[in-house]
Amino acid sequence: MRRQILAALATVVLATASATAQDAPPVNTAAVAAERPPELLSAYHFFRDAGARQPNEQVTPYDLNTPLYSDGALKFRYVFIPAGQQAQYRDEGVFEFPVGTVLIKTFAFAADMRQPTENVRFLETRLLIRRAEGWVAYPYVWNEAQTEARLSPIGANIPVNFTNEQGQAIALDWSVPNRNQCKGCHDLAGELTPIGPSARNLNRDHNAAFSDVVAENQIDAWTQDNLLSGAPPANEAPRVPRAFDPASGSLELRARAYLDVNCAHCHNPQGPAHTSGLDLRWSQHQPIAWGVGKRPVAAGRGSAGFEFAIDPGHPERSILLYRMGSTDPGVMMPETGRQLVDEPGTALIEEWIAHMDAEGRVRE
Amino acid sequence: MRHVAAAAIAALVFTGAAEAKTWRIRAGANAEQQLQTALIEAHPGDTVQLGRGRFELSGGLSLDVDRVTIRGDGHERSILSFNNQRRGAEGLLITSDGVTLRGFAVENARGDAIKARDCNGIHIREVRVEWTGGPSADNGAYGLYPVNCDNVLIERSIARGASDAGIYVGQSRNIIVRDNLAELNVAGIEIENSFNADVFDNVATRNTGGILVFDLPGLPQQGGHDIRVYDNEINGNNTPNFAPAGNIVAGVPTGTGVLIMANRNVHVFDNEIGDNGTVNVLISAYRQSFQDENYNPLARDIVIRDNRFGNAGFAPAGDLAALSQLGVAMPDVLWDGANIYSSGGMARTEQVRIVVNDNRSTRTRIGSFLSLGMSSAGSPLTEAQPDPTPPPVVDIPEPERVRIRN
Repeated sequence: MRRQILAALATVVLATASATAQDAPPVNTAAVAAERPPELLSAYHFFRDAGARQPNEQVTPYDLNTPLYSDGALKFRYVFIPAGQQAQYRDEGVFEFPVGTVLIKTFAFAADMRQPTENVRFLETRLLIRRAEGWVAYPYVWNEAQTEARLSPIGANIPVNFTNEQGQAIALDWSVPNRNQCKGCHDLAGELTPIGPSARNLNRDHNAAFSDVVAENQIDAWTQDNLLSGAPPANEAPRVPRAFDPASGSLELRARAYLDVNCAHCHNPQGPAHTSGLDLRWSQHQPIAWGVGKRPVAAGRGSAGFEFAIDPGHPERSILLYRMGSTDPGVMMPETGRQLVDEPGTALIEEWIAHMDAEGRVRE
Repeated sequence: MRHVAAAAIAALVFTGAAEAKTWRIRAGANAEQQLQTALIEAHPGDTVQLGRGRFELSGGLSLDVDRVTIRGDGHERSILSFNNQRRGAEGLLITSDGVTLRGFAVENARGDAIKARDCNGIHIREVRVEWTGGPSADNGAYGLYPVNCDNVLIERSIARGASDAGIYVGQSRNIIVRDNLAELNVAGIEIENSFNADVFDNVATRNTGGILVFDLPGLPQQGGHDIRVYDNEINGNNTPNFAPAGNIVAGVPTGTGVLIMANRNVHVFDNEIGDNGTVNVLISAYRQSFQDENYNPLARDIVIRDNRFGNAGFAPAGDLAALSQLGVAMPDVLWDGANIYSSGGMARTEQVRIVVNDNRSTRTRIGSFLSLGMSSAGSPLTEAQPDPTPPPVVDIPEPERVRIRN
């Protein structure tokens, strides 16, 4: 389903981009560098149109193998890298992006998520800008008319109604994070840090063609397009499976890919949840650190009376799954970024725990 | 955030005109947005002043700017109410250094009330955190909750109703907790996996357990040590344990005055400890299995001296109730007797020093002692070999007084 959405969208982007006049002004690097960010997203010229559907020159769309769950919102991701510069490839973690890089992510819902390219309403566009002293985050909130997005550093609540992929009517207050809440997820040892664009998560075909380059794999394409240096050929780079595509990896690897993206930005030894001792990074290979046989520390009623974060073979008494399935702010995990339960995500983790042996491994 | 701080300092240096600002927030319809805006846009040195009244909040608040003071008009007058909280895992989250909180209350947070994480310097004065419906497993876990902080000062504050600990300092260093009232919590005051803490002049009453000093395995900071608990009133901690099962404090017997579990060099002296139905002081190893090879589950180098004990043992609870039914009278100070533990498949023996000396008792004149003689950490109580002989009195140097440096 997700693939169809993205493929359909790619078609839209392609069609509109090719029809656009060539004389759109280039990305406004002065706006990117400004100490005080512009009030309106359009001031950056990341897009050719006011509605931000058509990326400008040097603004490259990308997709991730396994994305973060955000109440099922559609996400459109782009990177702007200043002319003549490249991101430095890394095997582990996010690439080293040059100063002036902007990661652009728009959150949206279609009125009916079963037709994800129709009646798409943009809610907010978040910018992560690489400054000399580190990354900064700026959320821009879209107006009702979808003609402009305005800076909202203290966040916002936007009432949203849509029909989900199962045909159910959903109403929620979309919560645009304030500056502190951005850091609630994007925090590594106290510094604001991107989460998504790592080698293993970018190592896939892109959905939207964005240049004359023939390569379809994003790592190869970025290399050929001179956006990335130091990368091996994509088939030698690490890769996480797509969590919900059984053809892309084993149950254990897909579950761990899901936890890496959805949980490890906090649950890592330098992240906001380091004091819990739970480490859900892809690179962590000790089942105890994933929570297998691990007793809660400060879970409070989040424990639900269960003894272990993961009780192998017993999803029904595993704290980790219980907290994924809650929407109570004192219980739920992640703490922010969702109001609904990720049903496919919880089903995946439930299946993983159910198939675990006593050591916390799934033998296939 | 750092560049904001740097910019603020630069402005001070270059213009000489920038002064610390006071953000005044009044209770009312727009208070939530105004308050969170102030907490985001404040510069180091600023004060966020809460007016009188009740601030109704739908989401958790957060502060990530160094050296900001949040102060109210008193903890009965300026109240942050989370009765209708829909978002956020705590009422107020602090993640910056040198922050002072003073003179306000946090009521009925859905999760923890006030959490301070990764801070150097967190001073909490005359703050009240409370779940106003009384003890309930639905209450949030922690009231005042600094974790992985240096230089923690909590004083003249009140914590009520936490389903874990009212005042909980975890994985921190250099800590003073004084002049507070902790009541109707599962644990009144808990110092966990922390180094160098002075806990004194507090009142811990009507909790399940009054003051706890714990060390747990598998955490980034463990090996808790150098804790002094003195001049406290730790009376009548008989509220039935209401912690959600699975949490470590769910195992605290109802009616415990002081509980020391694992840890090294803990001195408990000059306290008044009485009317605790199970036992006044319990010293125990961590009793569950663990995989952390660097962890020592034994309570060792423990000094219990010069305390004034009142009644105890009149309603033993938990595992200790069974012991009592076998005719073992509950003493003032009960030690499990553990000096052997298993780690990485190897048995390790330690010379464990427990000193119990010069305690007075209203029941027995001299404070009573009992070792359960269960030399292996975590042995079942069926293996108890009770022995009332106090261990030899040896000199265990007291930790130095804690000085807050930031």
